[in-house]
Amino acid sequence: MSEQAFMTGNDALAEGAIRGGCDCYFGYPITPQNELTAYMAKEMTAKERVFIQAESEVAAINMVYGAAATGKRAMTSSSSPGISLKQEGLSYIAGARLPMLIVNVQRGGPGLGSIDPSQADYFQAVKGGGHGDYHLIVLAPASVQEMHDFAVEGFALAEKYRTPVMILSDGRIGQMMEPLKLWDKEAPAAIAKNWALTGAKGRERNVIRSFFNIIGALEENNRILQEGYKEIVKNEVRYEEYMMDDAEVMLIAYGTTARLCRDVVRAFRKEGKKVGLLRPISLWPFPSDVIAEYAEKVKLAMVVEMSAGQMIEDVRLACNGVIPIEFCGRTGGGVPSIDQIYTELLKLL
Amino acid sequence: MSNKEIYTKPAAIKDIQTHYCPGCGHGIVHKLIAEAIDELGVREDTIAVAPVGCSVIAYEYFDFDMSEAAHGRAPAVATGIKRACPDKFVFAYQGDGDLASIGMGEIIHAANRGENYTTIFINNTIYGMTGGQMAPTTLIGQKTATTMDGRNQATTGNPIRMCEIMNVLDAPVLIQRTSVHNPANVIKTKRAIKKAFEYQLAGKGFTFVEVLSTCPTYWKMSPKAAMDHIGSVVKEVYPIDTFRDIGEA
Repeated sequence: MSEQAFMTGNDALAEGAIRGGCDCYFGYPITPQNELTAYMAKEMTAKERVFIQAESEVAAINMVYGAAATGKRAMTSSSSPGISLKQEGLSYIAGARLPMLIVNVQRGGPGLGSIDPSQADYFQAVKGGGHGDYHLIVLAPASVQEMHDFAVEGFALAEKYRTPVMILSDGRIGQMMEPLKLWDKEAPAAIAKNWALTGAKGRERNVIRSFFNIIGALEENNRILQEGYKEIVKNEVRYEEYMMDDAEVMLIAYGTTARLCRDVVRAFRKEGKKVGLLRPISLWPFPSDVIAEYAEKVKLAMVVEMSAGQMIEDVRLACNGVIPIEFCGRTGGGVPSIDQIYTELLKLL
Repeated sequence: MSNKEIYTKPAAIKDIQTHYCPGCGHGIVHKLIAEAIDELGVREDTIAVAPVGCSVIAYEYFDFDMSEAAHGRAPAVATGIKRACPDKFVFAYQGDGDLASIGMGEIIHAANRGENYTTIFINNTIYGMTGGQMAPTTLIGQKTATTMDGRNQATTGNPIRMCEIMNVLDAPVLIQRTSVHNPANVIKTKRAIKKAFEYQLAGKGFTFVEVLSTCPTYWKMSPKAAMDHIGSVVKEVYPIDTFRDIGEA
């Protein structure tokens, strides 16, 4: 029988990372993800793994860079303002093709914003964030169970493609408690890392870098990155459909807002109205193909976000003008109510 | 009678031409590091970190595992490497713009935690790679690309002395400033580097060697005049000294 637990999202994610084989955690205090750092301080130290409370977000991400360069499983976590500070490091990590796990428990912005939940870092997460042509694999959990599961598999996924993986959560999912099943098997196996810095014993020396100051060399590194991204787009698109089989109206939402939309779907279904939900789980790669297919079947789509409308741009690109795309959202740490989403959609029907 | 080998290229350095300007101290310090690594027999256990600055491609010259780091972040990268692999020999090579300006936070905290890796800090009082701008270490009155009339204390502050700053922290076990402006000081620099490496290998903790070096190109001096300038001017602001050595204790 699998091990049951009742945990916050932040704790469940931390436990998932540990069970997923995390060797090194580097973090810095910021609300609303502090439980995650505290959990790691206790449990990583107890397991004689590496835990450092860094002097800054900038230092933490660069410690991850160093640890990941040795082939160890390394991660950091933060919340929106702190994730902004980590963008320099993420760009270097992507350029140097280092696998690692980063967690953003989003809060309201811009600026210092608030400590309330938000989904306003979507652009930053999926469109690059730092400088240069790169992507992260971005997974959006909608439950405490998924916080745990994505952390368990995050390192192996990152290693498969030599790319950073981000879990894009928010303060609501980070703070709430739910029952979950804990991973009770061995950590997903690590693949051989012949590129890692382990000391040049019996082999040519290895160099980890994102600097290619020779004409053509940087372009070649970019070509390798883009080839990898094509594989990711081919293999790693994830989404969940909820009552989409016969849907005439499609709600599209991820994370916290997807949970609310499930209730909205149920409310409309009680009235015999054919509303369904498509929940992107991987925000990059984005489930464009399935959304495009549904655009041929439904009359209308409404995107629900805790932002001024960010993911909606990718939905519009996917639908390519075939159907009207409406938006329902709140900004600045506000969470839409089920009533608000229901009422706004009802007006459109 | 057989020939006796009295000088050879260290195995830890590659036999290729560097991009460093004539009279630059980087090449000298690279060779001293490589010699020390050879003598200690740790080349195959070495993981080093290159900075941003003139020595950004130091990994092209050394022959062991290396990582590049973002500007100023070498102490954090080296911390990550050393904590992940405590049995490896780790050093970070940083310049004065990298370490004393943009990376001041990282170096202070790595030192304060007593991270068991070695910092080789090259202080040539200027940003070389980007075209000779003022560094935090630039001398008062020194002309640079951003202080055309000479560094003005009233508007740009004073030269930052890193060894002296380090010396208020409890954790470091070796804090030493040396120079490579003449053979006697080159030999002393080699001793300091090797001692720092030995302390790390013995698990003693944070070791910091600052090396006064030249930038003939942006000092607008001949190589010899630049070397002499350290001996006559630079070392008056940055005393050559052992500030702390408690590794033997």
